[in-house]
Amino acid sequence: MAHPSSYQPKSGFERWLDARLPLLRMMHDQFLVFPTPRNLNYWWTFGGILTFMLAAQIATGVVLAMHYIPSEAHAFDSVEKIMRDVNWGWLLRYSHAVGASMFFLAVYIHTFRGLYYGSYKAPREVLWILGVLILLLMIATAFMGYSLPWGQMSFWAVTVITNLFSSLDMVIPGLGTTLVEWIWGGFAVGEPTLNRLYSLHYLFPFIIAGVVVLHIWALHIPGSNNPTGIEVKTAKDTVPFHPYYTIKDGFALVLFIMLFAGFVFYAPNFLGHPDNYIPANPLQTPPHIVPEWYFLPFYAILRAIPNKLLGVIALVSSIGILFFVPWLDTSRVRSTRYRPVYKWFFWAFVLTCIALGYLGSQPPEGWYLTFGRIFTFYYFAFFLLVMPVVGKLERPRPLPGSITESVLGPEPARAPPKSTSSRRVREEVA
Amino acid sequence: MTTHETPFDRTVHSDDEPTRRDVVLIAASGFAAVGAAAALWPLLDQMNPDASTLSLATTEVDISHIEAGQAITVMWRGKPIFIRHRTGQEIAKAKDVALNDLIDPLARNANLPENAPATDANRAAPEREPWLVMIGICTHLGCIPKGQAVGDYRGEYGGWFCPCHGSQYDTAGRVRIGPAPQNLAIPPYAFESDTKIKIG
Amino acid sequence: MLSRCAIAAMALALLLPASTSAETQGNHAPEIKSQSWSFAPPFGTYDRAQLKRGFQVYKSICANCHSMRLLSYRNLGEPGGPEFSEKAVETIASQVQITDGPNEKGEMFQRPGRPSDRFRSPFANDQLARAANQGALPPDLSVMAKARPGGPDYIYALLTGYQPVPEGFQLAPGMHYNTAFPGHQIAMPPLLQDGAVKYSDGTAPTLDNYARDVAAFLMWAAEPKLEERHKTGARVMIFLLVFAVIMYLAKRSVWARLHHRDASHTA
Repeated sequence: MAHPSSYQPKSGFERWLDARLPLLRMMHDQFLVFPTPRNLNYWWTFGGILTFMLAAQIATGVVLAMHYIPSEAHAFDSVEKIMRDVNWGWLLRYSHAVGASMFFLAVYIHTFRGLYYGSYKAPREVLWILGVLILLLMIATAFMGYSLPWGQMSFWAVTVITNLFSSLDMVIPGLGTTLVEWIWGGFAVGEPTLNRLYSLHYLFPFIIAGVVVLHIWALHIPGSNNPTGIEVKTAKDTVPFHPYYTIKDGFALVLFIMLFAGFVFYAPNFLGHPDNYIPANPLQTPPHIVPEWYFLPFYAILRAIPNKLLGVIALVSSIGILFFVPWLDTSRVRSTRYRPVYKWFFWAFVLTCIALGYLGSQPPEGWYLTFGRIFTFYYFAFFLLVMPVVGKLERPRPLPGSITESVLGPEPARAPPKSTSSRRVREEVA
Repeated sequence: MTTHETPFDRTVHSDDEPTRRDVVLIAASGFAAVGAAAALWPLLDQMNPDASTLSLATTEVDISHIEAGQAITVMWRGKPIFIRHRTGQEIAKAKDVALNDLIDPLARNANLPENAPATDANRAAPEREPWLVMIGICTHLGCIPKGQAVGDYRGEYGGWFCPCHGSQYDTAGRVRIGPAPQNLAIPPYAFESDTKIKIG
Repeated sequence: MLSRCAIAAMALALLLPASTSAETQGNHAPEIKSQSWSFAPPFGTYDRAQLKRGFQVYKSICANCHSMRLLSYRNLGEPGGPEFSEKAVETIASQVQITDGPNEKGEMFQRPGRPSDRFRSPFANDQLARAANQGALPPDLSVMAKARPGGPDYIYALLTGYQPVPEGFQLAPGMHYNTAFPGHQIAMPPLLQDGAVKYSDGTAPTLDNYARDVAAFLMWAAEPKLEERHKTGARVMIFLLVFAVIMYLAKRSVWARLHHRDASHTA
């Protein structure tokens, strides 16, 4: 990142600090004046929203941890104590629980934005990979966190998902069982399991924070992508991050918080499951074990495959395949805005994810199972067939000459001054 | 071609806009500050004692079985409470002390005004002078003084002796030898009946 | 050409009926009718008199088998609930004998309850509870209103759902037919009948009223902070609404600089 910095320390203290640890210089260069494409739309606000959500979950989580007791006998009751006796405990608990859902909502939108606009393409492959890594860490963290109240769903979700590892017995006899008992710390999910899930749940968000730093660092090397998918060519294509995007991100954040608050204050249990208000009972399985909504698509994929080991492989691959997207997509054009054929496949993919989510909440039988299999097929086909093939065969629409041109229209040679909102595209000069 | 080589367009920073923008920006900053403070408060307040802790602020003690010369220790708000049924001798010794001889002349009794003097009457239970109810925490650095159990060394004044740094208290719980600076504190309490004390 | 909005709308339509509860399985889970509750709307509150009556029903009938161990007597006097007076709370608490100890002899002993005590459980442990109820365990009711799909609607439907056994239905011995209970066979007998509890405030002593009142009481027991949550929520939402408007105006005014620059440059 060796490029000229325009930071001028304004006081004696700032000069003193700058010579020892150029933190303020870094903040200035990376978050105040950083040149950012001028045409980013609201889909680009979710990075800021995600940073806020990570901070919010850590803040509420740390204070909840001051009251929570990670033992089988006390976990459920300690959560209820938080809800009833701890000052503002109900608010902290509901914020943390709803916050997990909001975190996933934002990360899915953020990821779909990346897919649509080709933000994963060179030179942003590592940025994308770090993002998928963050998603994986989030999935692990949420899974562990959900176990902590030790309700029926908590207990049985842990039992079902950790039992998946026993499918390795089909590969090497005994390996799966050894692994599962190592995870459990016993012969079934129990006290040792809960304690270690708590320890790791507290740890992982800080690992996520570290990877987020890398993610933002990797972003700032090439700079942000933009809706046209074409690179910044001149200074006119950019604006300083502050105040343009600080204020826009701030506005979007307030709207997002309104949605968040709506759930917390008026429907705090809507996204959850009533069975988790039943204390865990190792001797009684709930009639329908379902994960939280943000895991439902993966759950549908898992259950679509009739073979246990292959189902697990499908589940892991459904996220693992994301790592390879920069190389699966062969299109020379980044943004789906200019890819008329691919666009249909993309929206079909979005629909597929939503459909898989719904199907994950239903019992895996009859039409639910059939459609689950169809959509699972399309899920993988999108990455393994559509991306490589459509990218090669498709004829993209002509790209604008520059970002500025996409916003203001072509440089007027003779045309009178126009309003700035037209977005005409001109033929690319051969 | 990377953006970090091109500086941003400085003409964007033209400052010829009227103050209306400033008002809106000040309002936005103000709201953000208020919002942040409002969000911060629950994070801090949750550390205060919760409702169940506050509700345990009262303890009742049955003293019917405490003979003269005996003492018991009970817990109240996580602290030890010394309840001693004093003998006539102990009472007499306590009364026979001039206020000027005391290191700490104040009663330190939560049931009395702050400036009440440390007379034996102000230390013992009202109308029940054999009874002494005190918080059993040395006012020096918080150890629990000896003197409750039958074989305990009680110091030169026959009350309580703190093994940590040698503070000594008399038969009214008043500090007579330091380094403790104050008499043993007396919590809010009341006799509900001849056999029951309510503390807190 | 499908706009993004249309697709989003379709997606929402797909999502909305999707619930993770057992009800949508299309299996035997019965349909629970919605009732109207004072606390259900976004700014709803509890009806104090109803909560007091509900507590009376719980205490006289339900508490003989069902514990509520997450509640303390003092909760009955706290704001947002039945709000019994301090004196009433002390009386209610002192009417029960609580096991305490061990004393200096090492024995457990009984003493009158205090407001700080948790609600006394009818049985010392689950095994005793089962032994007294033909092997069935009467569940703890502290969070029951949140532990079943339908919440208070379900509780009301259950308590009013005892019907004569329909033709051809195989009822196991010791069980009772209930329209709302999944599987339609419940071990709990229909203890709530008209006239079972005498209300002191003149409300009609009908099963329907008992069921509504105790369902509302159980909702409060599960969500004692509901009123505070609604109230705080109103303030937060209004604050955020105004904040959003200000932020939008701020965003527009900041970006106006750019549009101003663009206009002056194309001139």
